[in-house]
Amino acid sequence: MTGVRLPHARPYRAGKISWLVRPRGVAAGLTGLALIAVLVALSLRIGDFPLSLSEIVASLTGTGGNHFVVVELRLPRALTGVLVGAALGLSGAITQSIARNALASPDILGVTSGASVTVVAVIVGSGSVYGGASGALAGVGIPVAALAGGLIGAVIVYSLAWRRGLDGYRLVLVGVGVAAVFTNVKYWLMTTGDVNDSSRAMVWISGSLNGRGWEHVAPVAYALVVLVPLCLAGTRVLSALRFGDETATGLGVRLNAARAVLLLGAVLLAAVATAAAGPIAFVALAAPQIALRLAGVAQPPLVVSAVTGAVLTSAADLAARSLFAPVELPVGVVTAVLGAPYLIYLLIRARREARS
Amino acid sequence: MTALRPRRRRAGVLAALLTAVLAGAVLSVAIGAKSVPLGDVWHALWSPGGTESDIIVRTLRVPRTALGLLAGVALGVAGALMQGHTRNPLADPGLLGVTQGAAFAMVLAIIAFGVSNLYGYIWFGLAGALVASVGVFAIGSVGGRGGPSPLTLALAGTAVSAFLYALTSGLVLVNEQAMDVFRFWQAGSIAGRGAGVAWQVLPFIAAGLVLSLANAPGLNALSLGEDVARSLGRNVTATRALGITAVTLLTAGAVAACGALAFVGLIVPHLARALSGPDHRWLLPYSGLLGAAALLLADVVGRVVARPGELEAGVVLALIGAPFFVALVRRRKPVRL
Repeated sequence: MTGVRLPHARPYRAGKISWLVRPRGVAAGLTGLALIAVLVALSLRIGDFPLSLSEIVASLTGTGGNHFVVVELRLPRALTGVLVGAALGLSGAITQSIARNALASPDILGVTSGASVTVVAVIVGSGSVYGGASGALAGVGIPVAALAGGLIGAVIVYSLAWRRGLDGYRLVLVGVGVAAVFTNVKYWLMTTGDVNDSSRAMVWISGSLNGRGWEHVAPVAYALVVLVPLCLAGTRVLSALRFGDETATGLGVRLNAARAVLLLGAVLLAAVATAAAGPIAFVALAAPQIALRLAGVAQPPLVVSAVTGAVLTSAADLAARSLFAPVELPVGVVTAVLGAPYLIYLLIRARREARS
Repeated sequence: MTALRPRRRRAGVLAALLTAVLAGAVLSVAIGAKSVPLGDVWHALWSPGGTESDIIVRTLRVPRTALGLLAGVALGVAGALMQGHTRNPLADPGLLGVTQGAAFAMVLAIIAFGVSNLYGYIWFGLAGALVASVGVFAIGSVGGRGGPSPLTLALAGTAVSAFLYALTSGLVLVNEQAMDVFRFWQAGSIAGRGAGVAWQVLPFIAAGLVLSLANAPGLNALSLGEDVARSLGRNVTATRALGITAVTLLTAGAVAACGALAFVGLIVPHLARALSGPDHRWLLPYSGLLGAAALLLADVVGRVVARPGELEAGVVLALIGAPFFVALVRRRKPVRL
């Protein structure tokens, strides 16, 4: 983006460590966090069985009669949405920085496409059996298949792209090729089975938070606790990467090691998120692009991207389950409906600003 | 000497690609679910008598081959143009919302207007593709002076595509008939379309090809950067608009008729660029011929491997083409955009 202003960014130092603080980014992040709190509160309130705020507080502290609805049904679903969105936003920000490409997302790392093809194979392959054993298979089988498929996909992309080091451009091209294979096998699988299996597969491919419980919250939360600090430590490397490989090396970045570790982080975040909620469309691609325009920086900021992803996913889930109630849409259908117009608005506004 | 050698090499590559397209066309006419002896095929082409094999060759295989040829050329050229204009290796010809615009319009036609024949879908698909692309270009141009920047276009296109895809998947989830059409459409195929479809999309693709060849020199200048292009006397906005129009016409024609094959146009230009280098005057024809050869051969393979059924051409192309593409990317340094 041309004409970016960096308003009064200030470095803060503590011994050997320094951190650049940009007021606009901090403001965007804090606003996002406040929005998340509001959205979670709303999703605890709204549903087939509307609750008042005091009833929610009562059931959270364990005294109310709606404990089951709030703590076992609505809270885990809301938290899964927040955490999955944050993981996807962060993963997308890292991928776009390493690939130096605004159109890159974990899809090109083989994660989501690998997970999709595995799960569609499981759904179509098990056919009518799935309907009978949906409890066990949907609860354990699908997430495990998704995780395994996502990681296998990433390993394939990673090993094919590695050739005496990892080049961002080659990674993108290899990722395109591998994703094309996975996606088309998925399409083919969808044409082979019964049309009902195709519809069921379509719901999973779109990404859904329906019926997510604490068993879905926990893995994503653990992954975030471990991976977020790791990724934040890489902020400096990612900023240096923007200037090109030679300059980054000149600035003292060990390119291959840094890229490998950061990509691993992005892959794990996307894989865990996909296992929990399916490959929710558009969040990983749009959240970093929205975040960098909100924060007024030239490259996807990691924390703000994660917060943006969380806001987008929770807002989409709230809309998905309340707008057409009692019919519930998959959350992935709504993320793009909400996120795309906003991204378009930001693009138009940026052009207006650049002109004036 | 140095000027002669690349020219001779380029003519050689062009001849090789033409041969490949010809071979693909011959195989596509000769091979199918019912084995027709080559002599009968020849007979059916030049002096048809109304036998069963004559009917198969003339009403099924020839239109299918023609459509494969058209769609392959269209997507190959459109992909090369799109990647040239956006300077992004991830750009496919459907990037400006063309593919998803067509998909949404077709699904809407089924659900809201009760359209149930192929020609009807295709008109809706064409209309949807054109509207989506114009919309993206308008969004990219709003507010700024001069044409839209490639990054703005790409992002606006991605956003609109995602938006339309979301609407489409919402619609097919509530309508089983639409889902049944959509799942075959998204796999991409040139089978069972009939001669009428090829004639239906021919004007769009022909117009797109003429515009894209006219666009090649301008695109070469643009790839030096907008400022340099301007100082060389190029009108950047006009060049950009011409290219986008060409991409839209080509892709709309191909995608409406054959389904979501746009990724042909994602992979083929990278292969063609390895042969041609960055000069678009050569890259565009190479890419078009390579696209046609690849699509025809993939379609033939799809007929043979899953007998008596068929595998969609789009699926075969990905399964064979993508590993080849990955191997190429690994083996040599890619020609950068």
